[in-house]
Amino acid sequence: MLLIKIRRVIKVGFINFWRNGWLSLATILVMVITLFVFGSLILGRVLLNATLAQLQDKVDITVYFKTDAKEEEVIAIKDKLAKLNEVQDIIYISADKALSDFKDRHLNNALIAQSLDELAENPLGASLNIKAKDPAQYESISRFLEASAISSIDKINYRQNKVVIDRLSGILKAARTAGFGTTLVLSLIAILVAFNTIRLAIFTSKDEITVMRLVGASSRYIRGPFVVEGVMHGVFAAFITMIIFYPLLLWLGPLAEQFFGGPNLFAYYVSNFFQLFGILILVGAFLGSLSSLIATRRYLKV
Amino acid sequence: MVYFDKVSKIYSPTSTALDDVSFSIEPQEFLSLVGQSGAGKTTLLKLLLVEEKPTSGKIFFESQDVHALSRGELPFLRRRIGCVFQDFRLLSSKTAYENIAFAMEAAGRTDEDINSSVSQVLEVVGLVDKSWHFPHELSGGEKQRVAIARAIVNQPDLIVADEPTGNLDPLNTREIIEVLKKINEIGTTVLLATHNKDVVNALGKRVITIEKGKIIRDDKGGRYVI
Repeated sequence: MLLIKIRRVIKVGFINFWRNGWLSLATILVMVITLFVFGSLILGRVLLNATLAQLQDKVDITVYFKTDAKEEEVIAIKDKLAKLNEVQDIIYISADKALSDFKDRHLNNALIAQSLDELAENPLGASLNIKAKDPAQYESISRFLEASAISSIDKINYRQNKVVIDRLSGILKAARTAGFGTTLVLSLIAILVAFNTIRLAIFTSKDEITVMRLVGASSRYIRGPFVVEGVMHGVFAAFITMIIFYPLLLWLGPLAEQFFGGPNLFAYYVSNFFQLFGILILVGAFLGSLSSLIATRRYLKV
Repeated sequence: MVYFDKVSKIYSPTSTALDDVSFSIEPQEFLSLVGQSGAGKTTLLKLLLVEEKPTSGKIFFESQDVHALSRGELPFLRRRIGCVFQDFRLLSSKTAYENIAFAMEAAGRTDEDINSSVSQVLEVVGLVDKSWHFPHELSGGEKQRVAIARAIVNQPDLIVADEPTGNLDPLNTREIIEVLKKINEIGTTVLLATHNKDVVNALGKRVITIEKGKIIRDDKGGRYVI
C-alpha cells in the first residue's frame, strides 16, 4: 500500500515535470542561477583561501644568533620553540648554510666574493626562521624569546617588521570576514530567488490542490509529486550548472592563476568534479523539495 | 445519514450566510436544495465538505461530527462523499481518465481495481472514446460528466452536487440529471443544490428551500416555489 503510493507519487511527479514543460524549464533556469552562485562562491573561497594562505606564508620572523653561538644551544632553543602552540614551523639555518646562501646570492658580485675571501672566519651567525599559525601570534613568540633573555641571540627581526606584520594580519582578517559575509548574503539571495520561483510555480496549482483535498487525497499524497518535481528541478539545474562551469573555468582558470598566483580553478574543478557536482545536487534537491513543501503548505489548509 | 444541527455561518456582521439551520438527510434520499443566488446553498455544502468551518452548530455524517475530524482523518470522510461543482473543478494537467483514477489512487486502491472501475464509470457517463483527452479539449457537458464519474468511482455513500447544471445547456442538463437519478436508484444518497426550476419540478423529490440563510420550506415530493 505504502509502496504503491510512493510509486504513484514518483510517477506523477515525473509526469507533471514533463507536462509542465516551460514552467519546469523556467524553474530550472532560475535554479541554475542559484546553483551557479553557490558554485562560484565555493570556487571563490578556494581562490581566496589559497591567496590568503600564500600571503600569510610570506610573513615570518627570524632570530639571528651571534657568531659564537654553539650549534647545540641553537638546536635547544629550536626544540623549545617547537613546543609552543603558536608555532607552526621552524627552519634552522646554520652559520655555514647562511654563508653559502649568501655566496650564492652574490655569485656575480666580485667585490663581495673578494671581501669574503679576505675574512678568515664566517662573519654570519646561525638563525631560526619561525612561522606562526596565525600572524597575530608573532608578538607573543618574540616576547617569549625576549623574556628568556638568551645571551647568544643577536637580534629578532620582529620589531622592525612589526608594522608590516600587523597590517598584513589585519588585511587577512578583513578579507576572511568580507569573504564570509559575501558568501552569506549571496547565498541568502540565491535561496530566496529559487524559493520564490517555485512558490510562484506552485501558486498556479493552488486550485488543483484544493480539488485534490476535496476528492479525498491526503496532504502527503498531494505534496509528494511537488516534492519529486522540486528534487528534479534541483538535479537538472546542478547538471546544467556543472556543464556551464566547464568552458568558463577552462577560460578563466589560467587567467585567475596568473592574477592571484593561486591554484588553477580548472584543475580544481576537474579534480573535485564529483564532490562539486554532489554539493550542487544536494543543495539543488534540498532547496527544490523544501521550497515545494513550504509553498504547498498554505494551500493544503482545506 | 447527514444531520445539520443549528448551524450558523457568519462571514462578517453584515453578511450572514446561514442562520440556525437544522435538517437531516435520510439514506438513499434525493434531496434538492433550492434558493436564489446568495441564499446560502453553496455555504451549506462547503460546511458539509469541511471546506469551511461553521460559526456555530454541528454537522454530523453518520453520527460523526465532521468538524471534529483532524486534517489527517478528513480524506477518509471525503472518500465517502462524491462532489460535483458548477465549475467542474477538474485537474487541468490530467486527462479525463487520470482525473477519475486520481480519486481511487488517492484512496490507495490497486491498479487492477482502478483500471476496471474507471473503464466502467466512463461507460456509465458515455465518455469511453474521450478518456485520454485533457479537460480543455472537452465540452462543458463532457467535463461535467467526467466530474460525475470522478465523484461516483469510489462508490461513495453520498453525492453532493453544487449547481452541476449551472453552466450547461438544457440537453446536457437533462443528461446530467438523468445520471444523478440513476446513481440515486442504485442506492446512493444525492444532495443537489440548484436554482433550475425545471430540474426540480421534473424530479418530484424532496425539496428544501432556503432564503437569506434560513430554511423556509421543506416539502416531500416538492416543487420549486419562491
